[in-house]
Order: sequence, then structure tokens, then C-alpha cells
Amino acid sequence: MTKRYTKDHEWVELNGDIATVGISTYAAEQLGDVVYAELPDAGKSFKQGDDMAVVESAKTASDVYAPISGEVVEANAEIKSEQWQIINDAPQAGGWFVKLKIADKSELDGLMDQAAYDDYVKGL
Amino acid sequence: MRYLPLTDVDREQMLKVIGTKNIDDLFVDVPKSALLKDIVPLPKAQGEIEVHRHLQRLAEKNTPAGRTAFFLGAGAYRHHVPASVDHLIQRSEFLTAYTPYQPEIAQGTLQALYEFQSQVAQLLDMEVANASMYDGSTGCAEAAMMAARVTKRKKIVFSGGVHPHYVDTARTACEALGLEIVALPAAVDDEAAVTKELGADVAAVIVQSPNVFGTVTDLTKIGEAAHGAGALMVATFTECVSFGLIEPAGAYGADIVCGEGQSIGNALNFGGPYVGLFAVKEKYIRQMPGRVAGETLDADGKRGFVLTLSTREQHIRREKATSNICTNSGLCQLAWTIHMTLLGEEGLRKLATLNHEKAIALADALDKVSGVEVLTKRYFNEIAVLLKKTAQEVVDKLADKGVIGGVAMSRLNPKAGMDNVLITCATEMNTDEDIAAYAKALKEVLQ
Repeated sequence: MTKRYTKDHEWVELNGDIATVGISTYAAEQLGDVVYAELPDAGKSFKQGDDMAVVESAKTASDVYAPISGEVVEANAEIKSEQWQIINDAPQAGGWFVKLKIADKSELDGLMDQAAYDDYVKGL
Repeated sequence: MRYLPLTDVDREQMLKVIGTKNIDDLFVDVPKSALLKDIVPLPKAQGEIEVHRHLQRLAEKNTPAGRTAFFLGAGAYRHHVPASVDHLIQRSEFLTAYTPYQPEIAQGTLQALYEFQSQVAQLLDMEVANASMYDGSTGCAEAAMMAARVTKRKKIVFSGGVHPHYVDTARTACEALGLEIVALPAAVDDEAAVTKELGADVAAVIVQSPNVFGTVTDLTKIGEAAHGAGALMVATFTECVSFGLIEPAGAYGADIVCGEGQSIGNALNFGGPYVGLFAVKEKYIRQMPGRVAGETLDADGKRGFVLTLSTREQHIRREKATSNICTNSGLCQLAWTIHMTLLGEEGLRKLATLNHEKAIALADALDKVSGVEVLTKRYFNEIAVLLKKTAQEVVDKLADKGVIGGVAMSRLNPKAGMDNVLITCATEMNTDEDIAAYAKALKEVLQ
């Protein structure tokens, strides 16, 4: 499946019932060099819109919200081991934050597809 | 330009915008009994000479510490502050740049903060220190909250040796966060009792050395037990001069060391403003409250200073900030730094030794008085004594004889069941005559 996006610049990509979640290239560019990120531990559950992670750059610290409801099955080990650079280098690939076991697939319908998100970013 | 306060018309318009009829509507949440009904009755205006005379008379009702044989401690200590400290902190470069609202243009202030942090980390044997807290008790409360953030647990256990006011402050600060505060019964020498409370829900054990009764404790085993249970060990203190002689809690594996810095550079100041020292293990730096000054290089490669890690502070993170401290005790912190710099390592050690010697002389003198038992076995400059009469009564009677003998434990914690326990302290300010006068007066009072 392709990626879907939130207005808060998280992306989600579904594979079976496991959703990989990260922040968009636009978000990573806006943040600048990431100096810290706090990811949730496996086993933690979130509702759509909950504070899920914190990403911090030299100029700000931002919350990352759960784009969909679900339980964390895995957090990115590379980020956990403080390799922040991956978030700037490949935000929409190797720089993913967590994998969630999705609770309600219909929540994806409310998110933007690539074209809609590109339009949304252009308007900012 | 003239400054014009709000007119009645302005007020009316503002009330209209927010949808209230009159100003009183804004205070409906204040209980009626707490509202002021009339204007406070004040005397008629007086001239400067009359006001000065009146204030002088009021001031004379106080007994200055220097006019008595003075043995008060229990959280606030009378030490000598060199005149140069007061002179230097009043230099306009420091005084006007009090808090760095535009941090990078106040390089001197930032450098002073940086030096302060380095000294605190070294003194407490910790990896990192922040730019100070308001005082020891609020620092201790922040440590409790930080431990809860780090461990994601909600129970905080205080030893019976922690200053009761520190426990009270933590209770106030932690209540809204839903943290549970467990305060063990007052104990002169039982910091290790906290380990019996350890469990999967305990975020931190908070111990104190020297504790409120003056007892010095090796905290190594307590730290090991806490870590074994997944909890942090927080160590607090009220007398930072002690670390000129005894091992600070950092050497015992404490995760957070926090306490009162008043003893260095700061006078008694009627109980405040003071300066809180706060240091943590480096791995917890992002959960540490307050601000941090860091060293860096500017665009030309020259050494410079910045406020760093402030992305966690209120002006950026709002309600999600790591703590609600919004400044540091700038001037008190500067006085601390300057005094500590003047002392140096050797000076601090000498000062600490002098304090300990005076305390030994005090303990020996009081021990010889009939009806007095020295309870504290391992102390720095403060001891607890058991009296055959209630401590508060003895304190009052000693005061009549020009001796300020100490703080009754019943005053710090009326429920401790220690009505006959007196906490007393000696510093470099106490002369041999003071100690002799104390022993003589105490003998008379206890007869």
C-alpha cells in the first residue's frame, strides 16, 4: 500500500495489519537537524491523535501524533540507539518511527493520499 | 509620552468583549470569605523621616544573628560571605543582565552560569548540572517529578531524614501530577529504611546526607537496592559546605543530586531568596528541569556560550515543558559561583574542616550538660540532641539568655513525636565563647 498523510505531517503505510509510521520529508526539512527523538516502547497503545513521540531539533521540540489507533509492535532500533541522522536522511524510509498493529482500518480513509498531501503542503 | 491607565469606557468595552457585566464577575471563583470587603485601613501619609524612624523601630524588634550566640541550622546556615562577593555581584554587567532574555548577547551572564554548572557538577560528583533552581526544597520536588518522568512510575518514597519542609514542598508540587508521596517516620539515623518500600511502582527513593538531624550516611547500598528495583536514587542536602569534607551523593551512584546552595555566597536572607543546586547523570539530561548554559564556537571560531536544551522549556513547549521553573536564582547563583571561586578546592576543604571542628566542640560541650543526650553519631556541622524538657520550651528560654540554640524538631514536624529533640548547628562563625555561653545557658534552663 502507498503512504497516507496527516495534516500534522505524519505518514502511515499499511502492510497487512501492521502500519509503519514516520514524519514526512516536509516535516523533517522544517525541523532541521534532529538532535533527539523519544519513541514509545513496544506494547504501548495509542488512539488516533494521541501524543506518541517527541522529535527535537536545534530550534524546537515537536510532538508526533498517532496517525491511526493501534499498539506499538516495534520502535525503530536505529533511532533508539541515537542515530538521529536517519530521520533527516530518509524520513519516509529508514527513518520511520514505529510500527503499529492497526486497530481500525477505516481511520485511514480520513487521511490524505500523496497528491492531496502535496497540494496541502504547497498551500502552507 | 504620557501613560494613561484604563478609562471606565475602556473597561466597559473589554468586559463587553469577554461577555461579562462587571469586574466582580471575574472573581466568582474566590470564596466570599476570602474577598476583601473594605479598603485596607492604612495610616495617613508620612514624610520620609517619620517613615524611616517607624521602620527602624520595627527592625529593632528583630534580633540579628550577629548579636547573639547563634546555632540555627536545619536548612539555613550562617556562614561568612566575603565582602568581595557582594561587591562583584553588584557590578552593572551582572546586575542588569540578571536573567538572559536575549541569552546570546549576555555572554558574561551565560559564562557565569556555565562556570556555576561546572562547579556544581564537580562538587556533587555528577556528570551534568543545570543553571540552578529556586532553592533546595523546590529542587527536591522537581527531582521527584523528574524521577516519575524517567521511570514512568508514580510513587516517591522519602526517608525519615529528609527535611520535613522538603517533603511538604514535594507534596504540594506533585499532587496535581497524581504522584503518591510516601514519607517514612522521622528517624535520626535510618536512611536505608527507604529500601523496604521498594517495589515495581516506586519511581524514586529520596534520601538526605547530611540529613535533617545532621547524620552523614554512606548511600552506596541504598543506591544499589533502588537500581535493582528499577527506581532512581535521589539524594538531597541542606548544607553544601559539607561536601568539602564528605563524599557527595554522586560518588554513591545517585541519579539525581539536589539541594540547597545558600551556605556558599548567600546570607540567611530571612529564609530566601536562596539557590537550588541540581545535578543528574548525563543520560537523564533531557528530563532535567531548568535551563543549561553550554559552551560553543561562534561563526569566527571563537569560544562563546549559549542556552542549550531550552527546547524543553516553557516558552517553546508550553504545557508540555519538562518543568514549570521559568527562571533560575540568577543573582544568588552568581554569588555562589564567585564565593566558590574565591574559596577554591583548598579553601572549601579548610572551611568544611573548620565547621566540623566547631561542631565537635559544640557536641562535646552539650554532651557534658546534664539532661542532654547527643543523638547524632556521624555528623558534619549539625547535630540532634535529646533534652529532658521539650525543645521548644528550651529554645524560648535560651533566647531570653541571648542564645539562639537551634530549631525544635516539633517546629519542623509537629507530628514526628520528637518534642524533646533539638537540631543545633555550629559553623565557622561560632566562637569558643559562643559555645561556652550555650552550654552554660542550657545547664541553667534544664535545671
